Amino acid sequence: MKILYFAWLRERLNKGEEEVSPPPEVRTVADLIGWLAARDESAASALANPKIIRAALDARIVPPETPLAGAKIVALFPPMTGG
Amino acid sequence: MAVRVQQAPFDPGAESNVFLAAAHGAGAAVTFTGLVRSEPGAPVAVLELECYPELAVNQIAKMVAEAVARFGLLDATVLHRYGRLAAGEPIVQVMALASHRQAAFEGAEFLMDYLKTDAPFWKKEISPGGASHWVEAKPGDDAARARWKEGPT
Repeated sequence: MKILYFAWLRERLNKGEEEVSPPPEVRTVADLIGWLAARDESAASALANPKIIRAALDARIVPPETPLAGAKIVALFPPMTGG
Repeated sequence: MAVRVQQAPFDPGAESNVFLAAAHGAGAAVTFTGLVRSEPGAPVAVLELECYPELAVNQIAKMVAEAVARFGLLDATVLHRYGRLAAGEPIVQVMALASHRQAAFEGAEFLMDYLKTDAPFWKKEISPGGASHWVEAKPGDDAARARWKEGPT
């Protein structure tokens, strides 16, 4: 699946997107954030507080307990500041 | 109903005129323009507005449909820019058309409150000296959005 990162999350990870293949036990958005954070130190620090990370699956905003269920594009981002 | 998310500048007056010209006898139109703020105590030279356009269009279309249903709007349009904007430039335009003014005012305000918290834009302010910081989500914006949960007014 493709992961998109936005705003300070993108800056801290130093990438706007990446392709990943998480193992089958990574079932939900929250699992995925945990799995990404466990990969290296910069990811661990950028994703240290999952409470302030929002997610979208295939361009639909979802809560963290949502199953990934074959989503092609997962977006992770901080709270939005539009308007 | 229209939703546009774009990098190009827009002309708020021209957009309002097009919207009003299609009003077909509706009694009330509210048009709101949000501008890049720069105040003496916190000067901003440039606002970098990051966006996830595909999600933005989905989210805003949902908000517009909800506003139309909830306030009985006859029409509604939201335009939102992203990219690099200078102080004073228009960022967002919200327009609501209704039979009477209360629905038009409330519909426009509802849309703006939801845009602040639920549309995937992220603001980075750059000062005239070049210092930059990401704007943090404000608790006041969440509170403004939450009051619409209390039910019809």
